[in-house]
Amino acid sequence: MLDVRGIILHFRGVAALSDVSFKVRPRAIHAIIGPNGAGKTSLLNCISGVYRPQHGSIHFDGQDISRLSPSARTKLGIARTFQNIALFKGMSVLDNLLIGRHVHQKTGVLGGGIYWGFGQREEIEHRALVEDIIDFLEIQHIRKKVVGTLAYGLQKRVELARALALAPRLLLLDEPMAGMNAEEKEDMARFVVETAEERGTTILMIEHDMGVVMDLSSQVTVLNFGEKIADGPPEEVQGSAAVQEAYLGEPSELSA
Amino acid sequence: MSSLDRLGHDDTFPKLLVRNARTMPDKVALREKEFGIWQSFTWRDYHDHVRDFSLGLVALGLKPGENVAIIGENRPEWVMSEIAAQACGAASVGLYQDSNLADVAFVIDHCDASVVVAEDQEQVDKILDLLEKLPKVRWVVFTDPRGLRKYQHEKLISFTDVEARGRALDTEQPGLWDANVARGKVSDLAIISYTSGTTGFPKGAMLSFSNLLGMAMNLHAVDEKRPGDEFVSFLPLAWIGEQMMSLSSALAIGFTVNFPEETETTAENIREIGPHVMFAPPRFWESMTSTVQVKIMDTTPFKRFMFNLCMPIGRKVADLRFEKKPIPFRLRVLYRLAYWGLFRALRDRLGFTYIRSASTGGAALGPDVFGFFHAMGVRLKQIYGQTEISGISCIHRDEDIQSHTVGIPIPETEVRISADGEILSRSPSVFMGYYKNPEATAKTVVDGWLHSGDAGYLAPDGQLVVIDRLKDVMKLADGTQFSPQFIENRLKFSPYVKEAVVIGHHRPFLTAMLCIDMGVVGKWAEKNRISYTTYTDLSSKPQVYDLLQREVDLVNEKLPDAARIAKFVLLYKELDADDEELTRTRKVRRGFVEERYAEVISALYGEAPEVAIDTTIKFQDGKTTRIRTTLLVRKLSMGKVA
Repeated sequence: MLDVRGIILHFRGVAALSDVSFKVRPRAIHAIIGPNGAGKTSLLNCISGVYRPQHGSIHFDGQDISRLSPSARTKLGIARTFQNIALFKGMSVLDNLLIGRHVHQKTGVLGGGIYWGFGQREEIEHRALVEDIIDFLEIQHIRKKVVGTLAYGLQKRVELARALALAPRLLLLDEPMAGMNAEEKEDMARFVVETAEERGTTILMIEHDMGVVMDLSSQVTVLNFGEKIADGPPEEVQGSAAVQEAYLGEPSELSA
Repeated sequence: MSSLDRLGHDDTFPKLLVRNARTMPDKVALREKEFGIWQSFTWRDYHDHVRDFSLGLVALGLKPGENVAIIGENRPEWVMSEIAAQACGAASVGLYQDSNLADVAFVIDHCDASVVVAEDQEQVDKILDLLEKLPKVRWVVFTDPRGLRKYQHEKLISFTDVEARGRALDTEQPGLWDANVARGKVSDLAIISYTSGTTGFPKGAMLSFSNLLGMAMNLHAVDEKRPGDEFVSFLPLAWIGEQMMSLSSALAIGFTVNFPEETETTAENIREIGPHVMFAPPRFWESMTSTVQVKIMDTTPFKRFMFNLCMPIGRKVADLRFEKKPIPFRLRVLYRLAYWGLFRALRDRLGFTYIRSASTGGAALGPDVFGFFHAMGVRLKQIYGQTEISGISCIHRDEDIQSHTVGIPIPETEVRISADGEILSRSPSVFMGYYKNPEATAKTVVDGWLHSGDAGYLAPDGQLVVIDRLKDVMKLADGTQFSPQFIENRLKFSPYVKEAVVIGHHRPFLTAMLCIDMGVVGKWAEKNRISYTTYTDLSSKPQVYDLLQREVDLVNEKLPDAARIAKFVLLYKELDADDEELTRTRKVRRGFVEERYAEVISALYGEAPEVAIDTTIKFQDGKTTRIRTTLLVRKLSMGKVA
């Protein structure tokens, strides 16, 4: 589904990613882990189009998307959430989600301005799609609440909803469970799994909570100092010496 | 003529559904909010779904005399499943969706359910986990497919698949549905309603169509509902109160039942619907009142001014109505103004614009909350009854509402008090007995009289007053009965009282130990320029004693002469669960408290006007502090001191 080949990204002299390659299979929950500063978010930014890597290419469904703008990638079916919530805080949940549909809006200024006819029909279609997501993520009770007034865990859920409103085939999640309490995490984990299973969306996520990663993901890629040090099913990665070293220090210290 | 006769031959739920689908096919029967829109089911849709599902159950092999258990949130499928089961000659058994696994397993097994209708993944998981212990269950039907796509289980089937089987059977045997409906008799078992016993396992009360519909019609006779009325169903459908409204009454009278989108959206959805009929337990009315009060504190000064200006007018009118006194002309004019200035908007906000019948039951509701709704013109009524009498035996009449009573019996119902002070009732709606438990039945119904287990008395005007569970009632030394909890609750209705402990078992008279509410009394003290330092200091102020004495006097006025509070003290500390004085659900641990405050109690029953206290209290963080103070004992004129 997604094929990342030999990505090299550096900011002036600082290398952020050096020669990272990996593949994401369709309908997988693929996790990227690694210590702080390993380059996880940079990698996600390369995929979503915020950064342009100096070398390497990214293929999405066989198509080379390396040169495409972020919005063009969104139209192809890549959506993301951010580590720090990026929603319109002064707007209602519903409006935030409808904005997620904006990229798929076909009505122009004229058609939308006149509203009746095509504009109305399209509006209803979008609203129905958004309502389906509201039902899916169980946020009916906050549909008309202003986002800024909501609890952090709920805002995170709204952000996921906004990303789903883009109807993506590949969903990039940047630490979806950061800063949540145990109950909120459990809910979020359920929604991530259901998104993959029920909606058939492929998920690529950065996550720090090892319990979550091991439970949810089918594939794990480990980064350390911009390099890929392991790639495989969670059990395999967990046992890898390089990973233990990156997280815990020298293996000899561990056994001592 | 019994009120049941008014239904003619349409005397079961399935027959009434067929009647309604015939007489008003395009009127809305059910409404459910989904995807942000109210989705309607007409009586014809309702009927067709029930027919398909019912025949589907036949196709699955459900036989007359078997039972169907239903578990889930309030949804159209819930009520459809119930009527569908009944049309097969099976009884429906509702389960509470938040019950724990042991209770679910017990009820499903005890009621011999062969089919379980479960709403969603959460409930299906519960049932599938238990399935090994439930050999009698042949099918598990789910209504919401979400998350269940991958489930493979030979006993699992979806609601729509069952309906499809039903449609197939309908084309095969076209007359089967009509024959099944016609076969139902008014005396048939309709539902088994499990009541949570405080001790031991739940008991299943068997109720027939004649029980349920008789009660609905008798209630209707004194609390009218009309076809086309709106009702919002948000309490568990397994509960008899919700069965009475959303099924028996809705089917018999033909009003519309609305299901909220989610539990969290209930208040919002009530406002959207603007129901004509409401039935809810006290906690619903209480939380609504406190929400309003909190919001008023936060609102604009003008709105707050209007609230504080108009509310007392409404209260005054409500009080005069309670006392059945005429309302002076001047007050009438003021109330009109207050209506346009406040109550109209407030009622709209709460969803009470069209409300005609509002009732509360199940526990005591404070007079303050009661008055709040009457002030804005919502004529809230108390009801009283048990599952075993199909829900209701008493209700207030429109012209005679008092906050401390539960009204008078509905038609065809008699209520009397036994020699032990227990409330007994008799009506055609008294249940058929407990399922597979004849011993319990024999203990509950004696010579046709249902023994409620509640203590109560009939006021001189014939209104029933419920005191407490009979087993919690205590006796003074001279044999006078009293309920400490009843009196404590009434004391706690005062905003100044946080906790109250009433003492008097085997003693000559009643006394009370009160804990003041630091927040409210503190504010009051500030306003009245009384300086204080700590809780202990505040509660020993004579002015605070005077304040609390007025509150106790008010409670005493409503109590029988023989069981009035004679003396009280204000405790020097709040009762606390950390000190084991309260349970975690904030119930007083009577025995422990009486032991711990033995000194105080002996002072209450002695002659001394005060008692010296020297004690240590332990804080949450393990620190201790010593308290030395003098506790005043206040004697009241109203109480008898033998």
